[in-house]
Amino acid sequence: MSILVNAETKVIVQGITGGQGKFYALRNRAYGTKVVGGVSPKKAGTDVEGIPVFASVADAVKETGATATMVIVPAAGAAGAVLEAAEAGLALIVVVTEGIPVHDEARFYNQLQRDFPSSRILGPNCPGLLTVGECNIGFIPAEVAKPGGPVGIVSRSGTLTYQALNELAQKGIGVTTCVGIGGDPVPGTSFIDCLSLFEDDAETKAVIMFGEIGGSAEEEAADFIRSKMSKPVVSYIAGVTAPPGKKMGHAGAIVSGSKGTAQAKMEALEAAGVRVATNPTAAGELMADVVRGL
Amino acid sequence: MDLFEYQGKQLFARYGIPVSAGDVASTVDEAVRAADAAGYPVVVKAQVQVGGRGKAGGIKLAVSADEVRTHAAAILGMDIKGHVVHRVWVEHASDISEEYYASFTLDRSAKKYLGMLSAQGGVEIETVAEENPDAIARITIDPVDGLREDACRAWVAQAKLSPAATDGAVDILLKLYHAYVDGDADLVEINPLILTPEGKVHALDAKVSLDENARFRHPEWDEFVGLEKTDARELEASEKGLQYVGLDGTVGVIANGAGLAMATCDIVHEVGGRPANFLDIGGGASAQVMANALEVINNDPAVRAIFINIFGGITKGEEVANGIVQALEQVSIASPIVIRLDGTNAEEGRAILSKYESDRLVSRPTMVEAARTAVEMAEARP
Repeated sequence: MSILVNAETKVIVQGITGGQGKFYALRNRAYGTKVVGGVSPKKAGTDVEGIPVFASVADAVKETGATATMVIVPAAGAAGAVLEAAEAGLALIVVVTEGIPVHDEARFYNQLQRDFPSSRILGPNCPGLLTVGECNIGFIPAEVAKPGGPVGIVSRSGTLTYQALNELAQKGIGVTTCVGIGGDPVPGTSFIDCLSLFEDDAETKAVIMFGEIGGSAEEEAADFIRSKMSKPVVSYIAGVTAPPGKKMGHAGAIVSGSKGTAQAKMEALEAAGVRVATNPTAAGELMADVVRGL
Repeated sequence: MDLFEYQGKQLFARYGIPVSAGDVASTVDEAVRAADAAGYPVVVKAQVQVGGRGKAGGIKLAVSADEVRTHAAAILGMDIKGHVVHRVWVEHASDISEEYYASFTLDRSAKKYLGMLSAQGGVEIETVAEENPDAIARITIDPVDGLREDACRAWVAQAKLSPAATDGAVDILLKLYHAYVDGDADLVEINPLILTPEGKVHALDAKVSLDENARFRHPEWDEFVGLEKTDARELEASEKGLQYVGLDGTVGVIANGAGLAMATCDIVHEVGGRPANFLDIGGGASAQVMANALEVINNDPAVRAIFINIFGGITKGEEVANGIVQALEQVSIASPIVIRLDGTNAEEGRAILSKYESDRLVSRPTMVEAARTAVEMAEARP
């Protein structure tokens, strides 16, 4: 069991003929992901090391039966790519592209909500997601991760996701699915979406949630955890030392006035019964404790 | 990217939003010329990106060229909460009957746009929100639909502005919405939006923050770039294309990934030190990017020790280590360096670094140990 993707998930790559697109398409395939096609209007009919390239997402879906896509195109073309994927009926649209204007994100998110409610966006500006041993879409270095659970991971930050995977692997703890929701202001998939899926997943017994400053998604997640979650959650929030008004690398990582501070998020999570660590390593240790007690 | 008031007003004017006649000046003579052109009386306003300009003496009324001279001379070069005034905005003074507040921004929870309008303008909106939340009329706008005139009119009615202001306010708000969306702004705010005794509505101030991700479709923004950076270190880093935020500590921080860079600053703080900066060098840590990062940190006189925190993902540990070694050959570094290298092939990477280890370059296996060592080194230096 896992969430969102598994060994059967068929994936296409929008932007497969770009340098990055090719690199990650092949890397994901080498991991075992069913990368069944790519899209590039100018190079339709060719292939990327055996992966057929189609002119449109609709063609690719018709020929391959894909249900998921990785969007790895330049920021200026991302909105068009997401809408094309939704129109073709794809259920999961993983947008790893970074640097997308926030108004584009706000528009395509709301357009999908209204016109294509069965399509889910993950990201933008996310490292993708990994169901260990089955399917890897995006950048996550999956080789170290041990399959089979019992831990699920959800994080706004890419590198902290990798860090969490590594810490658990070193302790011999397995992971079901690891989801990077991305650091932009309008994430298509929220902490709550992932927590809810993990709560319903039989194999996931505990969840690591890495948040960061900006917005109120962690506070909303805390409410959800208190009222709806039975499984233990361990958390770390990055950005305790971030000054107000500065974007800390991620477009969404900004303390606005007194809103969105790490302190407020940690307090909300602690009040909801979450074990909150002061650094990522300590979070790994807390999770090891939790797993021992399962 | 935050704009100065004068840049915001110039941007507003492009979207047809009425602003007072005026111009920007960086010398006393320019200020007088701007005042002569705008027509007396004028207001001379310090251009700094910090609140409380008026209280600090940075906004003055002048009825003559002599008064402009006196005020501009006093305001230019003034230090307002650490922000030195390099420019003043000089505009024709407006008669004010009423002061309102208007803004558009993203409601991150709702993932829709939020418009806020209040009949209580001219004061901090946070204060109004705390003391009298009902005085703020809010409208949620679906980004796909946009702001329609009938919805805008209903919103203005809800805010209970003076009836004389209704038509002018609706007109300005629709234009402000365009400035927000088509202008690719994160925030547009007018405070105060004024009603004059003649019944005209116009923008007396302008606060605009632009979305840097949209720069590729706004070549006209080139004129804004760099001007808002008051921190010389941030200016240098942005010229080198690095994600850098200046802080006030003594431990220089370099990490890959925004989350890890924030976590690195946090852990320095946790073990009793203070980070000098946030610096994210991004995914693959190439030697050149690392060299650029080290150069920026090295130019910060407050830095006493450097903490390089790299998690090798796709980029393997030995490549990262070679990048660091090459960078160190390119840049002569004043401070001792602590490196924590983890992730893919970390052992191989550490083996490479071990050949270069000295009391100036040490490697530690975990974030916590590396942070402790960096803080100790920073404190040990005079």
